[in-house]
Amino acid sequence: MPPTSDRTPNRRVLAIWCARLSIDRWRQAETSGGEEPDTPLALIIETAHGPRITATTRAAEAAGVRTGTMLADARAICPALEVRPADPAGDLAFLERLAVWAQRWGPWSALDPPDGVIVDITGAAHLFGGEQRLLDDAARVSRARGLSVRLAIAPTAGAAWALAHFGAVRAGTGGLVLAEGEDIEASLAQLPIAALRLDDDVLLVLRRLGLKRLGDLDGIGRDALSRRFRNRRSAMANPLMRRDQMIGLVPEPMLPVVETPPAMVQLRLMEPIRHLPLLETVLSDLAAAMMRKLEGRGEGARRLELACWRVDGEVVIRTLELAASTRDAAHVCRLFAERIATIDAGLGIEMARLVTRWAEPLQLAQADLDASAQVHGTSLAACVDRLTSRLGAQAVRRPVAHASHVPERAQRWQAPLAPLPAGQESFAFHARPLKLLDRAEMIAVLYATPDGLPQRFRWRDKVHDVMRAEGPERIAPEWWREKGSARLRDYYRIEDREGRRFWIYRLGLIGDGRGNAPDWYMQGLFA
Amino acid sequence: MAQGQGWNPAIAFRGAGEIFAPADEGAGAALALELARAAPRPLHEHALKEVKDERAFLWVQDASAIRAGGRPFLPGLPRDLAHRLIHVTARTAEDALFALEEGVRCRDLAFVIGEIAGNPRALDFTASRRLVLAAERHRVPLWLVRVDARRDLGAARMRWDVRSAASQPSRWNPQAPGLPGWRGELFRARGLRPGAWWIRPEPAHADGGGDGEAILSARPVDRDAADQRSHAQSARAGDLVRAAVDRSLAAG
Repeated sequence: MPPTSDRTPNRRVLAIWCARLSIDRWRQAETSGGEEPDTPLALIIETAHGPRITATTRAAEAAGVRTGTMLADARAICPALEVRPADPAGDLAFLERLAVWAQRWGPWSALDPPDGVIVDITGAAHLFGGEQRLLDDAARVSRARGLSVRLAIAPTAGAAWALAHFGAVRAGTGGLVLAEGEDIEASLAQLPIAALRLDDDVLLVLRRLGLKRLGDLDGIGRDALSRRFRNRRSAMANPLMRRDQMIGLVPEPMLPVVETPPAMVQLRLMEPIRHLPLLETVLSDLAAAMMRKLEGRGEGARRLELACWRVDGEVVIRTLELAASTRDAAHVCRLFAERIATIDAGLGIEMARLVTRWAEPLQLAQADLDASAQVHGTSLAACVDRLTSRLGAQAVRRPVAHASHVPERAQRWQAPLAPLPAGQESFAFHARPLKLLDRAEMIAVLYATPDGLPQRFRWRDKVHDVMRAEGPERIAPEWWREKGSARLRDYYRIEDREGRRFWIYRLGLIGDGRGNAPDWYMQGLFA
Repeated sequence: MAQGQGWNPAIAFRGAGEIFAPADEGAGAALALELARAAPRPLHEHALKEVKDERAFLWVQDASAIRAGGRPFLPGLPRDLAHRLIHVTARTAEDALFALEEGVRCRDLAFVIGEIAGNPRALDFTASRRLVLAAERHRVPLWLVRVDARRDLGAARMRWDVRSAASQPSRWNPQAPGLPGWRGELFRARGLRPGAWWIRPEPAHADGGGDGEAILSARPVDRDAADQRSHAQSARAGDLVRAAVDRSLAAG
């Protein structure tokens, strides 16, 4: 919703509430759009405490099954209850499509999860012959789609939502209209307090305070309410903010649904092809067409999907993911080359389609004409792509600093082209080795107990005499992360007779009460 | 090749070099980093010097090299390189060679460092020649550390054999290891006379955060002293780093 700082009388909003969305979708999927069965049935979702009911048919509701109860409790009331798994993700995906579809009544729509859609119909109602006719039309086409909806039109999203959910619809009309110029507060005063779209615990508080209808809030001073809910910042938990949004005193930002179909190119082939060189040609044509398409949209591809339809009805799909968005057709073809080599063409491929499943903005750049003649070689992104496509994504990484004193935790690995996280510089006076062993190796050390400098040690069956040593640098265990029995480490930088420089540590102290005599470990190699 | 304290064993080096080093010390990787840093690859052919090189560099290790010598450790890397590292873990030597070749073909990389353990069959003369030619053609320097390997046939333009040498005494704590030093033997080089050298990074840069180019100093190893090299002698040798080099590296 575009922000409206004050009452904007000319804004009109349509709220569509799919009151029985899950059941409607289930009915269309399983009974191919027929009527609801007479047997009680419920949709359930698995929770930590067992299955819980998320939606019920009318028959089940009549039998006393309520949404939100545990299945075991509902079975006690209605032993004949049938259950099906619910599909919340599918419901949300359906709602997204519905939001795009609902733009037939207005230019702009937003999701109102879990089961509603908000459409801005400002200035569009006359196209349908007035708002009442628009509602009738919306109710009719929704019924034709097999959805039971409740509709309302009001000057704000909050008011429209409240009317759609709680307004009493007169028979024969599509829904309720709160006419322009009417006082929103007064017309909605009789609606229950739940029409404010609040969290359950806030509703409970209000109900305990004896506030049951929206009009009841008027009897109370604003100060009292704001004091009672002063620690509730979010709109869902603050009745005052919700009421202001409903009246239109406070803007209510909403995220518009914008449909962007993925870029797609396809080729139907005159003759089914069976050989790899032909498929490569087809692929390079597709890639070139795709890159032109992406160029027009100002985007570059991050994930591409190549689908090949075979004559015998199979579809072979190969996907490709890139380290950075690209519009380089040759590069894409080269990376695909390894993947399409394993395609079994069967009796032949009759159609090929390339879809950009994930695109990122990529600006047009003017090619540097002088430089391109001189500089050859691949770009870094292309190099990373080729390395990851052969060695795997886990093989190519870059180290990033991590806030930890323990050396092996002080660096983490991330994708090579991902942005570096902000971090603190490490201390320059701490000498750290150039290389760290993957796993510290136990060594046998001769030293003056309890905590003298190491004199001589044996590592990998070689004896080293320590000529120079510096330490200890004590690194305590991270008590907020490790068990209480973790021992501290005393690190020593040492140099042996040959000049080799090592980083070794002693795990624990004698008599620290956390185990036997301390062990020594080799952890790093200095330059 | 210039004489004097600014002597740089890697000056104008564009191709691929090999460094033979034992697995249980950091000398090989450290020298590779310093050599690569000492001969920066220009950002553009005619670029201004002031532009700081922020290109990434590739560090490829095969599995046995990782097992023997560990992985690069971010806090221990030189300051100006730490944030530019891209590390590649290759399961086999073949994969490592593939990664190295992809690396030297990439124009956005400052340089490439590889670590391959032993003498795998995949790394024969042909493979090494392929790498050298690719590195020279695309002008991306490559330093390949041959961990625990015997000297086999190789096409690299410079081949070093390097060990750790006693460090310079630390200024603040004479008992502590100080600035690192290495003993490098250049046993094959094009246009240079082979010889053995004490190599160490110049102090001004090694403790100053390492911004800008690295400067290596090298001092020829006296042949007699090389045989009976001891801790005391090499410590004394550390004092002489700034002394004039008494023999030019250039052949003839």
